[in-house]
Amino acid sequence: MSVHAPRPQAAAAAHPLASPRDCAVGFSGVARHFGAVRAVDGVDLEVRAGEFFAMLGPSGSGKTTCLRLIAGFEQPDAGEIRIFGEPVAGIPPYRRAVNTVFQDYALFPHLDVIGNVAYGLRIRGVARAERERLAREALALVKLVGFDHRRPAQLSGGQRQRVALARALVNRPKVLLLDEPLGALDLKLREEMQVELKSLQRALGLTFVFVTHDQGEALSMSDRVAVFDHGRIVQVGTPEEVYERPRNRFVAAFVGGSNVLEPDAAARFGGPPRVASLRPEAIAVRPPGEPAGEGRVALDGTCLEVQYQGASRRVIADCAGLRLAALVPAASLRDLRPGEPLRLSWSPASLHPMEDER
Amino acid sequence: MTALALDLPLPREGLSRRFSDALYARRGLLLTLLLVPPLLWLGVVYVGSLVALLLQSFFSIDEFSGTIVREFTLKTYAELLAPANLDVILRTILIAACVTLASGVLAFPVAYYAARYARGRLKAAFYLAVMMPLWSSYLVKVYAWKLLLAREGAVAWTAERVGATPAVDALLALPVIGGPSLSVSYLGQFLVFIYLWLPFMILPIQAALERVPGSLIEASADLGAAPGQTFRTVILPLAMPGLAAGSIFTFSLTLGDYILPQIIGPSTLLIGQTVYVLQGTAGNIPLAAAFAVVPIVVMALYLTAAKRLGAFDAF
Repeated sequence: MSVHAPRPQAAAAAHPLASPRDCAVGFSGVARHFGAVRAVDGVDLEVRAGEFFAMLGPSGSGKTTCLRLIAGFEQPDAGEIRIFGEPVAGIPPYRRAVNTVFQDYALFPHLDVIGNVAYGLRIRGVARAERERLAREALALVKLVGFDHRRPAQLSGGQRQRVALARALVNRPKVLLLDEPLGALDLKLREEMQVELKSLQRALGLTFVFVTHDQGEALSMSDRVAVFDHGRIVQVGTPEEVYERPRNRFVAAFVGGSNVLEPDAAARFGGPPRVASLRPEAIAVRPPGEPAGEGRVALDGTCLEVQYQGASRRVIADCAGLRLAALVPAASLRDLRPGEPLRLSWSPASLHPMEDER
Repeated sequence: MTALALDLPLPREGLSRRFSDALYARRGLLLTLLLVPPLLWLGVVYVGSLVALLLQSFFSIDEFSGTIVREFTLKTYAELLAPANLDVILRTILIAACVTLASGVLAFPVAYYAARYARGRLKAAFYLAVMMPLWSSYLVKVYAWKLLLAREGAVAWTAERVGATPAVDALLALPVIGGPSLSVSYLGQFLVFIYLWLPFMILPIQAALERVPGSLIEASADLGAAPGQTFRTVILPLAMPGLAAGSIFTFSLTLGDYILPQIIGPSTLLIGQTVYVLQGTAGNIPLAAAFAVVPIVVMALYLTAAKRLGAFDAF
């Protein structure tokens, strides 16, 4: 049951670009190998000017190497990279109009906040008074006021993050590269920064390329997401496209932990005989024997685990050897315990057929 | 699972565990036990003798009897300013400064390579190469260099073979630093000092550079700095504490050395030799003590200046 796999760029080609100038970053056939490890293995992608583009994938999937290739810290072994239409092969990082927010922030420990933010301007030879004014402006933009003369060591993680952001933004980069910038922050701060980053990007109209392994972050912030696996892009699309219509098992499982049904199971439960994904929130959980509703597929099973997640409850059930996860509102099923029988049901339309790459 | 955990035997109660319990209950005790011996040594033996030395320098010597007059006076310090003595002091400081500067310049690339690029076996080889000279006797090394630098030595022989004798002769013909042969010139003395103290410069710089994350260098390039600018604005300031530490070693070791200048270099004295001669054959302990105070004062001034210039700001 193998379906011919369309080339990864198919999704990008569906939205043709008006001109090469609209393409902020373009990869064609880019590869980067470290010894026998194919960190980036033939990547084609187009980041459009002014969009918030997320590179999503587990660690070691090649997303950070792609970012480093754009920044110029790595050179591709094959393929071509263009930044606003210009090929950048052999151009060192200090000649590229992109700036990076590093995962560990990489703030200069011997400089204070102003010194860090003004660093790029100092290198460009901007006079002290002018560059400090611009640095303060950038700090105001990221809402970090009153810490001008602190050293990085005297700042909290969230404050350092803002300094790193201001230090990159003050140079007015054509593309801002963010390497898991929120990874080290606690949940509340991370959610705050997600909102701020997004509104900053919208206000400045800048192109953001954002690397993350957090699917929630990628879905909530970006205009488009590229899902990476083993050095390749598996799928590119809007968050809705990627979440609702995953291309294969990997995307289905990685983006949102979808259930994957084998072709025979999919055929039995209302879909075409192809590997299919079934979103946990599309599954309803009821007491055994209760009617599922018209046109719905019903399946009896046993509850294995109930995870309380605040707003929702995740129920893992075993239905005659088929393990399924369902996501239900937390207010329901308060008394469900592991080992108890239950009935799962869903609409056949919720089954999304995918490509079988195994 | 609980049953499994319960079946595990408890560690055997022994003397050392009970001793640990006692230390755990009284945290100060361990600290006291650990610190008292070294503090006794440093505080009483070391600082004590230093104070005794300082006191000696405030005595003077009776010019007729040659005995020490145990009365407070600054006369001995005034004697340091006599042209002959001042000459010894300034010459020593100048040599120490030159040796420190040259060691820093030579050590930096080596330390940088070791910290940033050498990994695994290469790094082990680096440590071995830097430390190995420290394992052999100081005297053997100095005498070996005397032979190498002598008029008929290996350096002159090699220079002759490759036709570089005129170059060596031109170097030796230079005023002040030259001389009849490398082994009796300031140039030779300078070279051997560098050879002796280089490891003390390389290791602290390497340790400082080791602490500079690679992402800082990438960040600097990302913000538009070419490698030279990154070196000046990021790497050098962050290596400064290491350079300062290394220079303390090379500077103070050169200031105080009295064996090497006896064996290699011109017959003029350096501070260390002067102290040696004064306290020995001359029997002028107060002046010897006053001379010994000079390196302490110079180092104090040097460190103050380094701190003012921000050498220790990075960490």
